[in-house]
Amino acid sequence: MSQTPIDEAGNRAPVSQRSMAISRPASPDAIGGTVSVTINGQEVKVPLGTTILAAAQQIGVRIPTLCHHPDLCVAGVCRVCVVEVEGQRNLQAACAFPVTSPIKVQTHTQKVRQARRHVIDLLLSEHYGECYACGRNNNCELQSLAKENGVDFFRFGHPDKPKYEIDRSSYSVIRDNNKCVLCRRCVRTCIDLQEVGTIEVAGRSDKSYITTFLDKPLGDVVCINCGQCINRCPTGALRANDPTDEVWAAIDDPTKHVVIQTAPSPRAAIGECFGLPAGTPLTFELNTALRMCGFDRIFDTNFSADLTIIEEGTELILRLYKALVGKEPGIALPQFTSCSPGWVKYLEHFYPEYIPNLSSAKSPQQMFGAVIKTYYAEKEGIDPKDIVTVALMPCSAKKFECNRPEMDDSGFKDVDYGLTTRELAKMISEAGLELPKLPKSGFDTPFGTATGSGVIFGATGGVMEAALRTVIELVTGLKVENLFEHADIIPVRGFDGVKYVELPITQVGPVPDILKHLVPNWDWLKGATLKVAVAHGTANAKRVMEDIKAGGKFSECHFIEFMGCPGGCIGGGGQPIPTSPEIRLARAKAIYAEDASYEVRKSHENPDVLKIYNEFLTDGPCGHKSHKLLHTHYTPRGKYIE
Amino acid sequence: MSPLPTFSTMAPEAGLKKALSLSRPDIIEEVKNSGLKGRGGAGFPTGMKWNFAAAARAEEKFIICNADEGEPGTFKDRVILQEHADLVFEGMTIAGKAVGATQGILFLRGEYTYLRPHLEAVLAKRREQKFLGKQILGSDLEFDIRIFMGAGAYICGEETALIEALEGFRGEPRNRPPFPVNTGFLGRPSVVNNVETLASAACILQKGADWWKAMGTEKSSGFKIFSISGDCQKPGVYEFPMGITVAQLLKEVAGEGAKAVQVGGASGQCIPASQFERTIAFEDIPTGGSIIVFGQQRDMLDVLHNFLDFFVDESCGQCTPCRRGNVKLLEGVELLKEGQCSMAYLKELCALGETMQIASKCGLGQSSPSAFLSVVHNFRAEIMGRTPSHV
Repeated sequence: MSQTPIDEAGNRAPVSQRSMAISRPASPDAIGGTVSVTINGQEVKVPLGTTILAAAQQIGVRIPTLCHHPDLCVAGVCRVCVVEVEGQRNLQAACAFPVTSPIKVQTHTQKVRQARRHVIDLLLSEHYGECYACGRNNNCELQSLAKENGVDFFRFGHPDKPKYEIDRSSYSVIRDNNKCVLCRRCVRTCIDLQEVGTIEVAGRSDKSYITTFLDKPLGDVVCINCGQCINRCPTGALRANDPTDEVWAAIDDPTKHVVIQTAPSPRAAIGECFGLPAGTPLTFELNTALRMCGFDRIFDTNFSADLTIIEEGTELILRLYKALVGKEPGIALPQFTSCSPGWVKYLEHFYPEYIPNLSSAKSPQQMFGAVIKTYYAEKEGIDPKDIVTVALMPCSAKKFECNRPEMDDSGFKDVDYGLTTRELAKMISEAGLELPKLPKSGFDTPFGTATGSGVIFGATGGVMEAALRTVIELVTGLKVENLFEHADIIPVRGFDGVKYVELPITQVGPVPDILKHLVPNWDWLKGATLKVAVAHGTANAKRVMEDIKAGGKFSECHFIEFMGCPGGCIGGGGQPIPTSPEIRLARAKAIYAEDASYEVRKSHENPDVLKIYNEFLTDGPCGHKSHKLLHTHYTPRGKYIE
Repeated sequence: MSPLPTFSTMAPEAGLKKALSLSRPDIIEEVKNSGLKGRGGAGFPTGMKWNFAAAARAEEKFIICNADEGEPGTFKDRVILQEHADLVFEGMTIAGKAVGATQGILFLRGEYTYLRPHLEAVLAKRREQKFLGKQILGSDLEFDIRIFMGAGAYICGEETALIEALEGFRGEPRNRPPFPVNTGFLGRPSVVNNVETLASAACILQKGADWWKAMGTEKSSGFKIFSISGDCQKPGVYEFPMGITVAQLLKEVAGEGAKAVQVGGASGQCIPASQFERTIAFEDIPTGGSIIVFGQQRDMLDVLHNFLDFFVDESCGQCTPCRRGNVKLLEGVELLKEGQCSMAYLKELCALGETMQIASKCGLGQSSPSAFLSVVHNFRAEIMGRTPSHV
């Protein structure tokens, strides 16, 4: 098994603004490689090129920031973090000033305090809106800055009317430029972090504003709905399209049977909305809360994640057989995962010619919706028109996905509402529930059993690990535990942008009945080497796609997992704000811990999944019925808009 | 406009020929010795800038001539380019040898597009004459120059914004450090010099540092080209030694009796008549060459209104103090005109101006409050206590 990271390249940020742009001496040891900074009289030694901000953090001095974000390249535009550097006439932005020689810094002199307060006063003079009526009340960086820096009145005024129309055109992301303070974190997120480039600054001076191509509505431009911009917006200028009122209305309607499925990532993160540290899993407390909110049934999306593994895995085996044994032309390989709606739309826009490579399997959210309105409705004797399906997702793109016109294979809209972690936290608060203190309770039948494989879908590499656990066992007949300790397939885990793994298949069979009929014999797989890769965040996806286009090593892969968001779903655009590499790591740890705690950890061992193939999808994975309900097609969109 | 006597008396290419006979450190030493400071307004010692770029290790370096002359009241670079383009290109070539750059770029202000054919013709001729290209004048020096058109933004005169624009991005200033001499165009060491600076460097190479130092003051050596406009009889482009007093200058242009002189353009200072004995030099009143004379009939609030209107429009909008601060200062001027600005608020606006000077990201926001602060300071009696117009 080998593992190779891919090189970083093609960053839009100007060279001088990237971290580590400062030239370093050829031999750092020659001069020590570290430099001393004296902050408020306290000396600290830091590696050459460290910013004043980072140096201050090391000694527990917090310099306030606004445009700075740990995931993004340096901007230095808001000027909130200015500090006094001895010998410099002007104040310096701590976030952007790299220390290359010993310096003395003061972080809160009268000069600094006055400048900082002026800057905040000026920001407030262009920020329209009342805090009470804002979704970011009590979780707003501008509000905190005003409070922490002694702002007690609007020194330079406060807008009394809105300047911009709110853009509600997107199913996923709502833009309210009236609350925008032009920190440009959304722009850097979109261009530098995700390399999509939907939004940019237009205009100059006080008339500059964040906009889309030709000021078109967000719903009409090349936006993948990933919502990463929302996660990094310091104010309420960006938010997800919130359907909580509709969901409450459905709950209040006695004729409706309201079913909610909950994805794995929100459970590892929702505690953050209730003051708990990142990575505190609340899976079973959440079930209780949902019942108390009035949902009629609570299902685990892990069930359909397991179903996805079976369907997608089967599809892969069929593709491999047709291509390698049948030598059929036009079989698209590598097969790409299709669980992440941000990634799917990214591909539809930027690489539409690779749509045949996308697995036709729907995402777990959409599979579940279709299953609930058919199999479940039939089993429970409920008219599917009376069922309202809600999906708790870490994702803003899921809102777009459930509104795709093709997602109505049950005869109804398969998933009625996509709810983000943040929105559900709000509902729980509105219901007066203290989530962390609630008793635990389980999921409802008939989808009550889930596996650890379903849980890890939430982290980058999770889908691949789940797929490998199943493929290894079904194809080779070996136990995963004999190959990887505790069935933890470590090489596909972790936050490397792109992971590449080769897995030799040394023996084949006996293949279990569920798959056996798919191909006439299985020996062709013996001695083959399965090549897989994992990429998270569309910037990394782009690297892999460009490599495939150029005929590089990723073009020889068989299966590639792509996630639209950095870190995978745990870093999704619907997750609690703020986000940072540390927060995402903590959430991922919680997910892997939950996986380890499950008795059943492999999708193909999920009894509820086996049952649905016995009772309902009787022609098996990728059979006729599953094709109708669990598979879909895609739309080539291209990069050019009318 | 008459040809500039000093630039006009230079022997063609004598500076370049001299530079070819010198080692790179010797060229830099000569420029350093002359005490030449940047003619764009900031006054950074040119020799030191060249030295930084020369010391930076890179496969590729660039000499960029900043011809994005946009400061209100400045038009001297236009005249230099029209009449002494050869001298400017000669200076660029000398800088190329000094720092080890083979490529030069002239960043030409969008509004000067009409100069381009002339400049291209000069460049073509220089290539023909072996003043540009490979093996310049038979030496092993290689250097060529191309022209890049600006698109009409004042901010692109700021060197890092200029570089951003060159790279095809929005013309917005970068964080400094790193400085362009280390990490400039395409991340490579780049010298960005004003048109006049480069022409002056060519003169210095020809005539020697001592000749240059004999003019001007100790801290501001040499002569300087001025663009003089406003309420005077003889506006135009002038060549004066550094250290000239405002009064002497007014006499030369027949602008005696002025109420105030704006030195350094919109981003410079407004000097009242009581201070006309002050000198124009980096150690007293610095300037990039713009001198605007205001006669007794001028309303200083109109003057300020005009300047702040300009900055409100030309701020790139990136950093908060400049984007919003200029708007607030402009609104303040409007309040003053209406007699509606309280002393307390005026004091607050002055404090804001000081914040802008020290907290803005680049020179634009750092200098845009200068005119406001100096008018409030020097013309308090004139601007306070106005009668509201609607009364």
